[in-house]
Amino acid sequence: MATIAEIKEKRAVEVKDFNFYYAGTVDPALKDINLPIPKKKVTALIGPSGCGKTTLLRSFNRIHDLYPGNRYEGEILVHGENILQKNIDLIDLRVNVGMIFQKPTPFPMSIFDNIAYGLRLKGIKNKTELKDRVEKALKDAALFEEVKDRLKADGSSLSGGQQQRLCIARAIAVEPEIMLFDEPTSALDPISTLAIEKLIIELKDKVSIIIVTHNMQQAARVSDYTAFMYLGELIEFGKTDDIFVNPKEKLTEEYITGKFG
Amino acid sequence: MTAKRRRVVINYFALSFSIGSAVLGIGFLFWILWILVSNGIGALNMDIFTFDGAPPGFAESGLRHALVGQLILALGATIFGVPVGILAGTYLSEYGQTSKYANFIRDISDTMMSTPSIVIGTFVYAVVVSPMGHFSGWAGIVALAIMMVPIVLRTTDDMLSLVPQTLREAAAALGAPKYKVILQIVYRSAKVGILTGVLLSIARIAGETAPLLFTSFNNNFFSTDISEPIASLTVTMFSYATSPYEDWQQLGWAAAFILTAFVLGVNVLGRLFIKTKRKR
Repeated sequence: MATIAEIKEKRAVEVKDFNFYYAGTVDPALKDINLPIPKKKVTALIGPSGCGKTTLLRSFNRIHDLYPGNRYEGEILVHGENILQKNIDLIDLRVNVGMIFQKPTPFPMSIFDNIAYGLRLKGIKNKTELKDRVEKALKDAALFEEVKDRLKADGSSLSGGQQQRLCIARAIAVEPEIMLFDEPTSALDPISTLAIEKLIIELKDKVSIIIVTHNMQQAARVSDYTAFMYLGELIEFGKTDDIFVNPKEKLTEEYITGKFG
Repeated sequence: MTAKRRRVVINYFALSFSIGSAVLGIGFLFWILWILVSNGIGALNMDIFTFDGAPPGFAESGLRHALVGQLILALGATIFGVPVGILAGTYLSEYGQTSKYANFIRDISDTMMSTPSIVIGTFVYAVVVSPMGHFSGWAGIVALAIMMVPIVLRTTDDMLSLVPQTLREAAAALGAPKYKVILQIVYRSAKVGILTGVLLSIARIAGETAPLLFTSFNNNFFSTDISEPIASLTVTMFSYATSPYEDWQQLGWAAAFILTAFVLGVNVLGRLFIKTKRKR
């Protein structure tokens, strides 16, 4: 059984007895996951490659549904509603749960249109409103000063770190309540990495953040809570300070001290 | 002979042989181009673009009827063939993916691509010309469109599958429904590649004679009526070149030259597109 610390905060997400099966497999990729995600905090998912942390992250916005045959069991509650139900509106869910990927994914359009994309999907057509919200998103993503004179330039003309902040701006423009980060800095240089980490810490005033990372220092730097996973199971969850300083499980200790990984 | 010396000698022979083969192959290409240019340029003049076909011996004869007919046929085939090809390619890449049914369609399409074009002409003769009772531009358009579909389908399928999966996921993660992901993100990423495929397919059908011989047939007069037989550059070239009259043969050379220049131009345009895409 996993060691799960009690948390006092309100919960943004609650994972209950969750199993996940990839298409065509009999053994679950995730087994009996029970995990509370605190509201307006940063929760890091750590663990060695193949432990299922990305698989879990991708369940929160059901992006697995893009590929036929994947199967969920159990419950993932957002606002007390099980998002694994059949009749859930995936579009509403994904507007509410934003996602940032490992590699920056600028769309083949201008910087402005990249950020306006999600807003337009939401049906916002008014030009001044679009302009205001794009500007606000760029400012919140600490990118505005760098791109304010070339909003019409192609999104792919930016550097890697800028592209990743563009993607963050695009995600926060639609004002999600939860944001998922899938190793957001693994393709970036150290300076860009610091900029993104600073941004993540600033964002938690407004949104609940779940971040998958291979980098334990990063988990220690940005997160309030940490969940350690191993071979598709949750081993330990608790305050980041406790996990790193005083882990309860032997496996957790071995992993964070670098005995395997 | 030492082992090292033997390697050097073998390398020398292999290199000379492959260079020789390349020169031989490219030599034929330039020979063809040379014959075409030397005979075609002389036959070119403004009359070719302003006058229609005339009996042999008439001074005022040209290829206007064939050029216009060819344009109508190619345009018609593009209007019908390209959307079908693009939509089918989209199905394969975005919906069918690697399912058995999708792979079956890919195999069929590849077979269609290598089907002799005269077989497609025969097919259209049976299903369009025969029921209509006469040759027509429509039949020619259908035959050319059928030839375009597998080419456009294949390039669309290939180009769409080059679009990174994370781009689709990123759009879906913002709440975009699948059709919007395809229309607004995937197509936009692959537009240069798809356009190149369309251009290459136009170049491919522009030079076809066999499927037109018994579909659109030929017309020695200027006509834009596609429900009647219509002239094409290729069939006109065939009938003029095989005629015994000197002036008709000259027109045949001119037609060959124009056709080659057009196909070459479209191909070069296609390559340029690919190049500008790589640069970015």
